[in-house]
Amino acid sequence: MISKIRRYGCVALLLTTFGLTVPAFSAGTGLVFVSNEKTHNITVLDPKDYSIVKWIETSRRPRDMRFNNDNTLLYVACGDDDVIDVIDVATLEVVDHIPTGPSPEVFYFSPDDSLIYVSNEENSSLQIIDVAEKVIVGEISTGAEPEGVVVSDDGKTVYVTSEVADMVHVIDAETQTLTDNIIVGTRPRRFVLTPDGQELWVSDELSGEVSIIDRATNQVTHTLQFLPPGFRQVDVTPVGMEITKDGSTVYVTLGRANHIASVDAASKEIKEYVLVGSRAWGVALSPDENTMYVTNGLSDDVSIIDVPSMKVTQSIPVGRVPHTVRIDD
Amino acid sequence: MIRENIFAISRVLLAGSLALGSAPPSLAQENTPPATVPQPAQKEPAAPAVKMLMGYVELADDPRYDEDRAEAEIPVRPLGRPFDATAVGISDAEQIGKVIGVDFAIERKSGQNIEELIAATQAWSEQGVGFILADLPAPQLLELADALIDRDMMIFNVAAPEDALRGESCRENVIHVTPSYTMLADALVQYLAFRNWRKILVLQGPLEGDAQMVAAVERAAQRFGAQIVEVRPFQLTNDPRQREQSNVALVTSDADYDVVFVADTDGEFARYVPYATQLPRPVVGAAGLVPSAWHWSWERHGAPQLNSRFEKAAGRRMAGEDWAAWTAIKAVVQSVLRSKSTDFQPVKDYLLGERLTIDGFKGNPLSVRSWDHQIRQPILLTVGNAVIARAPLEGFLHQTNELDTLGVDEPETACQF
Repeated sequence: MISKIRRYGCVALLLTTFGLTVPAFSAGTGLVFVSNEKTHNITVLDPKDYSIVKWIETSRRPRDMRFNNDNTLLYVACGDDDVIDVIDVATLEVVDHIPTGPSPEVFYFSPDDSLIYVSNEENSSLQIIDVAEKVIVGEISTGAEPEGVVVSDDGKTVYVTSEVADMVHVIDAETQTLTDNIIVGTRPRRFVLTPDGQELWVSDELSGEVSIIDRATNQVTHTLQFLPPGFRQVDVTPVGMEITKDGSTVYVTLGRANHIASVDAASKEIKEYVLVGSRAWGVALSPDENTMYVTNGLSDDVSIIDVPSMKVTQSIPVGRVPHTVRIDD
Repeated sequence: MIRENIFAISRVLLAGSLALGSAPPSLAQENTPPATVPQPAQKEPAAPAVKMLMGYVELADDPRYDEDRAEAEIPVRPLGRPFDATAVGISDAEQIGKVIGVDFAIERKSGQNIEELIAATQAWSEQGVGFILADLPAPQLLELADALIDRDMMIFNVAAPEDALRGESCRENVIHVTPSYTMLADALVQYLAFRNWRKILVLQGPLEGDAQMVAAVERAAQRFGAQIVEVRPFQLTNDPRQREQSNVALVTSDADYDVVFVADTDGEFARYVPYATQLPRPVVGAAGLVPSAWHWSWERHGAPQLNSRFEKAAGRRMAGEDWAAWTAIKAVVQSVLRSKSTDFQPVKDYLLGERLTIDGFKGNPLSVRSWDHQIRQPILLTVGNAVIARAPLEGFLHQTNELDTLGVDEPETACQF
């Protein structure tokens, strides 16, 4: 993942502005958080034995989740209640709510955590929320059904997909204006930025591809096609992706094709496929990157993969329709 | 003619038209709408957009859209004019259009008779319009297709389910978006076979469409291993002398069956069959479990977003015919985008080609069958306010595409273009 700039003083100030006492600093518990769309809760797993530590009740339809820079708080977009819940990682309790526009799905922080960029599925817009003030400070029209959001490491550029318009919108963060549109495959969903900042990878769910964009030119330079054993091209619906800290490997979930693919980021070659559960969408790596977690939305479980051997070691049942997995690292 | 450089320009600055700034309203107070902040002007003058006009034809007095039937929400009837969906289709298209420099629009012609519509489409053809959506009954659709056969035009059938249109009466210049009777019957019987409810009592109404539906169910039963116990006629009447055919309990007595299939394309008789049958059995077909191209309650594959956009635009729920009209526009827009052209031939070739993938919000990517120009698609099995299953059901396999287990497959087609 991108390296995080930790600004403890800034965070403490933010938190006291919330009216909260500054929680104990959570130094990478390794706890695994899984949002469950239909049971409206988050399953917290212990990384040592995958036992369920807690079920955190959230607002309705929790989907995307993000930690703040020092991992003291976990933010969850709750699509049916139009709110982002804020969870204290030390106590595993919801401590605050940030109102959003209709049906927030995916969001991303500015590098200093002061702003949230969130896609509003029902409203065809990207909203910019001031985290401290809990106020919408900007709104940018997008194509219909925006989903994936990512912010460049320098905070200057925001990318958002429009699922219906088959494109990636490029937004200048400072002026809050749309500066470019990049046509990709059918139904683009999610992003991954390479750590060197040069490439933006986009999953095109319905054309079964991943489009790789050169950020300097905003052109698609590669299109990856996947075909795991036993499945047809039409079954391959890539959604979530994760990149290793050194940027060498990208893992791509293949949705209805029930596999994840491992891609060599430099050569763009698909190294292998691993069979997981039903409709794999979410993926996350443990802090040491030896374990990978994949959420299977239609088998209501999480597949645990031992990365060195690329084998699934266990499947843990969680809530109904697990969506996103995040690790407290 | 589209200029190459319009598509070569992937960098279109849309700051003026697409970005909205807002003064920060405090959400702790009341919800005041955000004020718009003036935006910097576009840095480059955008090239003028190429207009791509599509046509839409319908009959003004079309009995299929009788208001009483719509109000009763009879599942096999439309809820309103499918033209209502084109607003959503064009609005979705506009975002793409802005980027590629194409101005998509649709013009509606509501005619008193087919001759008026033929004249209108011929006039469109002179203007360079190539793609038309047709909401017409089967005979009029064929008349239109024949009148336009020598022109560069492609007609999208959004409302006529007759199998002959995809078979012996097929026309090369028609693409069928709405599913055929055969596809609907296949979807339903797959479900019945899947559940092992294999003995089917069929009730057949007096209309031509009813007979076609029965033929489709008989074919499906043979394909998927179900058994038609008997086909019995029904009549919508209060005449006591015809009670054997109008009284549901009587017409469903003296037989052994797992389900009652009602072949009733009008829908009014079928409406009163559930819970009136002699034996306690599920009702399927035109009431009870109804196969359909779309349903307003479909929850997966992004459907709620489409349904909600439609409801906002049309002020009512979305039905199968609406979905078909929306999908037709989407197919044209996708083909223009990916073929990088607004000329008829390249767009038509892409529409009929192997690379077309339309997101119809039913999960599988949609494309056009080469042998009869039917759009292959999942079918939803619906009850009043829910979707119970989506066909093709798991386990029904096909050599190339599972969607082709629904409808007439290539080796069996009677269509010869």
